[in-house]
Amino acid sequence: MPIEISDKTIKREFIERLAKLSGQDVYKCFQCGTCAGACPMSGHMDSVPRKVMRMAQLGMEERVGETRTCWTCASCHTCTVNCPRGIDIARVMEAIRLLTLRKNVNLVEPSKLPAETVKELPQIALVSCFRKLTS
Amino acid sequence: MKISYYPGCTLKTKARNLEDAAVASMAALGVDFQELERWNCCGAVHSLADDDLIHHVAPVRDLVRAMDQGSDKVVTLCSMCYNTLARANLLMRQDEVKRKTINDFMSEEKDYHGEVEVLHFLNFLRDHVGFDKVRERVKVPLNGLKVATYYGCTLVRPGNVAIEPPADRKLMAEFLEAIWASPVDFADATTCCGSYQVLANPDAALDVAARILESATRAGAEAVVLSCPLCEYSLARKQDELLQKNKISKDVPVFYFTQLLAAALGLGSEACRFDLSPRCSVELLKSKNYPIDAAVVGV
Repeated sequence: MPIEISDKTIKREFIERLAKLSGQDVYKCFQCGTCAGACPMSGHMDSVPRKVMRMAQLGMEERVGETRTCWTCASCHTCTVNCPRGIDIARVMEAIRLLTLRKNVNLVEPSKLPAETVKELPQIALVSCFRKLTS
Repeated sequence: MKISYYPGCTLKTKARNLEDAAVASMAALGVDFQELERWNCCGAVHSLADDDLIHHVAPVRDLVRAMDQGSDKVVTLCSMCYNTLARANLLMRQDEVKRKTINDFMSEEKDYHGEVEVLHFLNFLRDHVGFDKVRERVKVPLNGLKVATYYGCTLVRPGNVAIEPPADRKLMAEFLEAIWASPVDFADATTCCGSYQVLANPDAALDVAARILESATRAGAEAVVLSCPLCEYSLARKQDELLQKNKISKDVPVFYFTQLLAAALGLGSEACRFDLSPRCSVELLKSKNYPIDAAVVGV
């Protein structure tokens, strides 16, 4: 599918908000794919982190929002510590998550979890999951 | 030197075996450990957004509690608590603007500037107890036990809070050598177990858990040692499902590092808490003829 890239499609405001939330400059990324290769969850992502970084550089707000990447990310920081350009990619993923979560969206609904799951899981699993995937 | 101990939520409930073994081992080694008074949940993860300061309040409050206790060190066992407290501490030391905002917000507390040092128990054992002293006190040398040293994420990433230079991977090995076990380094020693995705993307978490367990087995390990209750859940508690789905070829015994310490120090079943460990973990120890209480079978 052809993608139109022009001054009209590049959402500058989105890039600025990402930079403000994450403190990172996505333009530093030169698309080497080290993040994607190192990511333990990339096999379950529809778009690997490298692709999301490219979409972010091009201000493709909607496309970034459609990917499941940041919702599959485990915040393990493997991408961050391996990035040869020194981009803290985990922070970029967090910023992308927050742009959705701050619209009062929950990716996991705490009240709908089966009682058995809540009983079985260690507290740190519940707390970290709610912190990362609920508003 | 006064040392505070921060347990965290999971150690008081699902990971009693991580805590009980550590507390009993400290007593056996003659170290005075004082649990923090009125500690609260650390929040489990560090907030990564620049404008999100409210989530740093919980871990900073715990650090203030340690300062109130007159301690210059706070020791943690759980890897996630360690990471969260250590990163919050670093923020309070390094970021003047955010420090002021957080201190102003917590006007009922004393101002905090990162006075307390956050230590993981492994660092504490090496630097303040000494592995030599541990080795001298061992009553049950774990000779012949080949154990994979699993760090996971939060002990080694990001680098500014890593318990040792991340490329070294020596600390857990040195610990195991101190209790006469044989450490096994393996390719996935620092691969994430899937963390909180065990709830949101369970299939992805199962795949990565299988990868870690298979990698440890291939490297010649008989068991895996770790320090995080979430890693323990994914690597140990999910093994029945991993076997059912043919994602792993055989069950792999998993231990908290504190349990092996307590066992090597010759402490009893009420300290080692192998009753809370997987059945195959207990069977492995019994097969090695270590003096494990015959009534303990595991779960």
